[in-house]
Order: sequence, then structure tokens, then C-alpha cells
Amino acid sequence: MIANYGYKDGSGEYYISIDTDKCIDCAADRACLTACPKNMFEIITDDYDDEVAWVKKECTRTLAYSCTECKPAGGYTSLPCTTACTPGAIKHSW
Amino acid sequence: MNAEVAAASVAEAAPEKKEFWRWQENTVWDENKDWRDAKIITCGIDVGSVSSQAVLVCDGELYGYNSMRTGNNSPDSAKNALQGIMDKIGMKLEDINYVVGTGYGRVNVPFAHKAITEIACHARGANYMGGNKVRTILDMGGQDCKAIHCDEKGKVTNFLMNDKCAAGTGRGMEVISDLMQIPIAELGPRSFDVDVEPEAVSSICVVFAKSEALGLLKAGYTKNKVIAAYCQAMAERVVSLLERIGVEEGFFITGGIAKNPGVVKRIERILGIKQVETKIDSQIAGALGAALFGYTLMQKQAKAA
Repeated sequence: MIANYGYKDGSGEYYISIDTDKCIDCAADRACLTACPKNMFEIITDDYDDEVAWVKKECTRTLAYSCTECKPAGGYTSLPCTTACTPGAIKHSW
Repeated sequence: MNAEVAAASVAEAAPEKKEFWRWQENTVWDENKDWRDAKIITCGIDVGSVSSQAVLVCDGELYGYNSMRTGNNSPDSAKNALQGIMDKIGMKLEDINYVVGTGYGRVNVPFAHKAITEIACHARGANYMGGNKVRTILDMGGQDCKAIHCDEKGKVTNFLMNDKCAAGTGRGMEVISDLMQIPIAELGPRSFDVDVEPEAVSSICVVFAKSEALGLLKAGYTKNKVIAAYCQAMAERVVSLLERIGVEEGFFITGGIAKNPGVVKRIERILGIKQVETKIDSQIAGALGAALFGYTLMQKQAKAA
């Protein structure tokens, strides 16, 4: 399942997508949890009883601001969350 | 003056304000069947931001439902929704084997055995209502919209939700209904009663769209033309959400807005495809899916035992 967390508003689309099929058997030992400086990810049991990462509910409406520090303007050359997720389950839309 | 006379004179002085936005609350059940004959009875309660539904499923088949407006207290809304149908069919809570809560207030259903997200429940409900050919679901709720892809079993494969603002949702339609002073059920049909299809309302925000609609009225637009412009705006808004995950054949619309032909036909026109037909009330898709999840869980438990 591709789970898209985020929103679209007048300024653009801000979604973090998690491919749960890749996330279920995490080859990165859930590294996304510690890689995100804003601590936005957590592991949940989804509706189909799989343990997968998701973006915490309280973070989904502020992604444009929360992720800013990790974007190139913040000095990063790659996103900590996508780099830590070696199965390639996490993607940003912007 | 005694209290009764005073109250009567106040009532005369202030006539009851008509609530144009208020949609019909209803209770429906299959009178040809008796729930007492069922081996497994499951219930799905969908406590949404605007409406709440309780659906009863007997041995995996839809038996009945109750739909009503959500109050300011989620547990009470859940209780009232279920009580509304139980009272009419002579059922008690103990007669129900499993209850699944879903929707915005799913964690506040006091008697639920499990809570499941509305995304999974709408996909499951749409699969039941439209059959296994349903692949793309657009849930147009009271205060959010969701685009969902599912497989032939109704399992979600991709989903996208916009719950940050109420643009393109049922609440926006209620606001326009009140502004135009036209019952909400009449908005859809009246939106087609125009000579030329107007440009869509350009504001995507409900608050700004209301101001824009007022401006159009002052500029000489008829009410029907303003409604048509708003329905077109809603359709364009939700289609842009759908386009992000793509639309596959087997398109199905759930939620309260699915009952508004003014929006549905415009969505179909923009997408160039017709939605899968159903005879079941589209507003109960989430609660129906929840009840079906409950039925599957009961079957699993029975097998394990």
C-alpha cells in the first residue's frame, strides 16, 4: 500500500509517501524513527495488522514547515529520512 | 405573565429559523428478513465530522442502517446512531457480536471492540456496494476528501487524504445551501437548470467561496447559476486530488456528496468516466465497511477456535 501523509494547499503539495509493502520487512532496522530530527515517524499496526511506519497525525498538516530544515536550503544534500530508509519506502513529493 | 404565556409570546415573536442545510436523517432496514435468524451480527459505527452512521450486517449481508447528524459529543453520537435503529427493530447491544468504530471519532465509540481507519472501511464498503470491479474510490465527506485505490478484495493499495481544509467537502455545500436558502437536496438538480454553464467559483476556500458566491448574486447571477458555479468548483477541486494518485476504471464515489448529482455528474464529465452504479446509500460506505471488517474478524475467531 502507498500511504500518502500530508496535504495540498494554495502553495503546493506536501506529501510524504510510505510504501508499506517495502516498510513491513524493514531492512534498515526502523532507522527512520531516529533519522528524522523532528521525530515525525512512529511504528503502528495498520488496518491490515502489519507493523509499518507512518507520519504522526499531528505532523501531517505542517510538513511544509517541519521538513524545511532538512531540504537543501537547510544545508542537507539528501533527506535524512529517505537516506536512512534503505528499502526506499519513504518519498517526498516536493 | 406566567412562564408558559411568556414562552408562547417569545415563540410568536421569533419564528423558527429554517435550516436549509439540514439533510434528511433516515433509518432503513430489510423488512423481509429477521435479524434473529442470523448467526453472526456485526455493527459498524462511522462517527464522522458532520454525520454518524450505524450499520448492521447479518451473516455478512447488509441488514439495516441509521444515519444522523454528529452532535458535539462523539460517544453520544455513536450511541444515538446505533440506538436509532435498535429501537425500531427490537434489538439490544448484547445481540450484536462485534462492533467496529471508524471515522473521525472512531476512538470515541465506547462499545466498539476495535477501531479501523475510515480509509480501509470506505474501500471495503465500496467493494461491497459496487462489486469487485471497484478500483478508485473518492470519499467526499463532511470535512475532508479522500482518494483511494483498492484491489479486487477491497484492500487499500494507495490513498491520499486532504483534511487540512474544508474546500470541496460537504460542509462547503451546506454553507452554500444556507446562503442561497435552498434545501440541500435541491442544490444538485437546480445546478443543471441554467442556460449556459458558468465558470467555476475560483476560490477553493469555503470562506472565500461564500464571499465570491455573494458577489456573483450581487452581479446579477441567478441562484441556480451560482450553485452551478459552486458545484463545478467542488468537482474541479476533488478531481485535482484524484489526479495525484490517478483514476482507474471502476470509479466509485462514497460519502454524503455522492448524493448530489450536481457535483457527481460534473466530476464524471471532467474525468470522462461514469461511476459504478449502486442502489445502496453512498453515505453508509464507511460504517458498512467497518461492519464487514467485524464479520471477517468473527469468522477468523471462529476458525481459530
